[in-house]
Amino acid sequence: MTRGPTWFNITSLVLGFSFLYLPIVLLVIYSFNASRLVTVWGGFSTQWYVALLDNDQLLDAAWVTLRVAFASACIATVIGTLAALVLVRSGRFPGRTLFSGMIFAPLVMPEVILGLSLLLLFVAMEQTRGFWTVMLAHTTFASCYVAVVVQSRLVGFDKSMEEAAEDLGCPPVKTFFLITLPIILPGVIAGWMLAFTLSLDDLVIASFTTGPGATTLPMKIYSQVRLGVTPEINAVCTILVAFVTTGVIAASIATKRQQSQREKDERAAFGAEG
Amino acid sequence: MFLNIFIGLGSILAKKSVGPVRREFTPWEDPDHPPFIEFRNVTKKFGDFTAVNNLSLKIYEKEFFALLGGSGCGKTTLMRMLAGFETPTSGQIFLDGQDLAGIPPYRRPSNMMFQSYALFPHMSVEKNIAFGLKQDKMPASEINARVAEMLQLTKLEQFAKRKPHQLSGGQRQRVALARSLAKRPKVLLLDEPLGALDRKLREETQFELMNLQEELEMTFLIVTHDQEEAMTVADRIAVMDKGQLVQVATPAEIYEEPNSTFVADFIGDVNLIEATVSDKSDAGTKLTSVEDGFAIDSDQVTTANVGDKVWYAIRPEKVRIAHGRAESGQPNQINGLVWDIAYLGDVSIIHAKVGADNEDILRATIANVSRIVDNPITWDEDVVLSFDRDAGVILTS
Repeated sequence: MTRGPTWFNITSLVLGFSFLYLPIVLLVIYSFNASRLVTVWGGFSTQWYVALLDNDQLLDAAWVTLRVAFASACIATVIGTLAALVLVRSGRFPGRTLFSGMIFAPLVMPEVILGLSLLLLFVAMEQTRGFWTVMLAHTTFASCYVAVVVQSRLVGFDKSMEEAAEDLGCPPVKTFFLITLPIILPGVIAGWMLAFTLSLDDLVIASFTTGPGATTLPMKIYSQVRLGVTPEINAVCTILVAFVTTGVIAASIATKRQQSQREKDERAAFGAEG
Repeated sequence: MFLNIFIGLGSILAKKSVGPVRREFTPWEDPDHPPFIEFRNVTKKFGDFTAVNNLSLKIYEKEFFALLGGSGCGKTTLMRMLAGFETPTSGQIFLDGQDLAGIPPYRRPSNMMFQSYALFPHMSVEKNIAFGLKQDKMPASEINARVAEMLQLTKLEQFAKRKPHQLSGGQRQRVALARSLAKRPKVLLLDEPLGALDRKLREETQFELMNLQEELEMTFLIVTHDQEEAMTVADRIAVMDKGQLVQVATPAEIYEEPNSTFVADFIGDVNLIEATVSDKSDAGTKLTSVEDGFAIDSDQVTTANVGDKVWYAIRPEKVRIAHGRAESGQPNQINGLVWDIAYLGDVSIIHAKVGADNEDILRATIANVSRIVDNPITWDEDVVLSFDRDAGVILTS
């Protein structure tokens, strides 16, 4: 039995999505505001985007953030995937329960505590704080997320596929790259994207671990907003939103294309049969 | 001319055999024939659990050999040790004269077909089949030729470009088979290869496997818990229990001449009658059943002494059942009362209560050779169960 949408459904839909997206929509609209006053609409203009190009501080912060996010996501993906492999594969070893519990701990640990402890560590190590310390800090907590995501993908993995590859003459390391990695790749990519996004919007840990010359975008925005919201901030946020949205749309298009290619293959196979 | 026929007949009659003779291939009867695969005093322990216990076994070239046993009997562990996925705790394994100790799975000249098929989901059928050949750095043209040959052999030509998830269970099974055969291994290991197929397809595939093995003249080693499957495909069967071999023999020998009550009970259906030896000679053995005291006369010469307790194992299809009562004083005749009849179409299984207080069940099967039977055997009827001197076997363990 199929029914058309009821008034109740439509209302819930509108309310739900407004709740999620109204603030973002407002931000996007006000980024095209001609007026200097954030809350007063003064006509359409792209002047704040132009002004942004001259705002080296904001652009620098954005560049730092992207570099930190990319590097930390890549390292975290490697570490997290290895941790997941150990946890799922190596069977029982002394302290396994403790280790797998500890992998989850940073997920529930308050960020302030994580940031503070990392700061203490870097100070104790007499490290000059900056790009590298922020990047390492982000790698630390993102690794846990990657491990959890990859672990869920590995649990359903039939280990006899690796055995089959070895049985057919493929050494273990090659087997990992030819068989294991391609099969768990969706999980690894999801883990990378999660790590990238987490690093992109982190404010707390970055504030603790950064130093002069490595201010991330969230930190920059936060400090500027304390002096009053400018339309420039709206513009930079809109660009960020556009950036993330593009990524999501591209990913879903790629998936869809893969799916339709597979269907086409199937039809071709059936055609050959008949 | 008639003489010739008679001589021919004579030679057929003179040849006595346990069960049908499939082909003239019996290297195991020649003690000088070198084994192709040899397990020498192999033991495998997992912690406190002994999966394989001091086992020695010889398998010959071009043999179709089956390891048969219940779950946890060590049959899969034995095969995995041959493939290199497990290392023996002690003992040696030889393949074609080569000691396999220390050789990793990817350098062993055996290939395995996995129970789960273990097809690579991200590769097409032809890429799956070509995988092993690529590892050997075979030239592309040869790979293509071999893959085409394998596709043809397993009737998978039209599925070459498909991914495993686009195939049915039977087709996947054939891809797994083609992949493990592609490298022409010295021995093909089959781990419960037909477990996931339905009954009809399984029976068909069993015959296909047999034909394939004879055509390719390769050595096949199959692990299975399905006794019918083992008996269908194998030249010889090793029945395993608790990490040890109980009996290694041809299917017919295993069925007709089991060496223990375990084998008799594991393979097929059997009546096990506990009895004591009352008299023995070179012409045979006389037994008295413990429970009911009826006399059994067997042509078998036993190693047991007079007075020893033994088991008399007799298959239900070798027990005749008829209306009436036993002649008193005659051995191999027992009075019974029909308790249950199971009609299976091709045969009927009759459970008859026997003995002084009608407490034991003796099973007999009758082949339903005609559609309509006059005066059939029916429930709660007094019957006589009888069998020949050579129908059963005396077992001492």
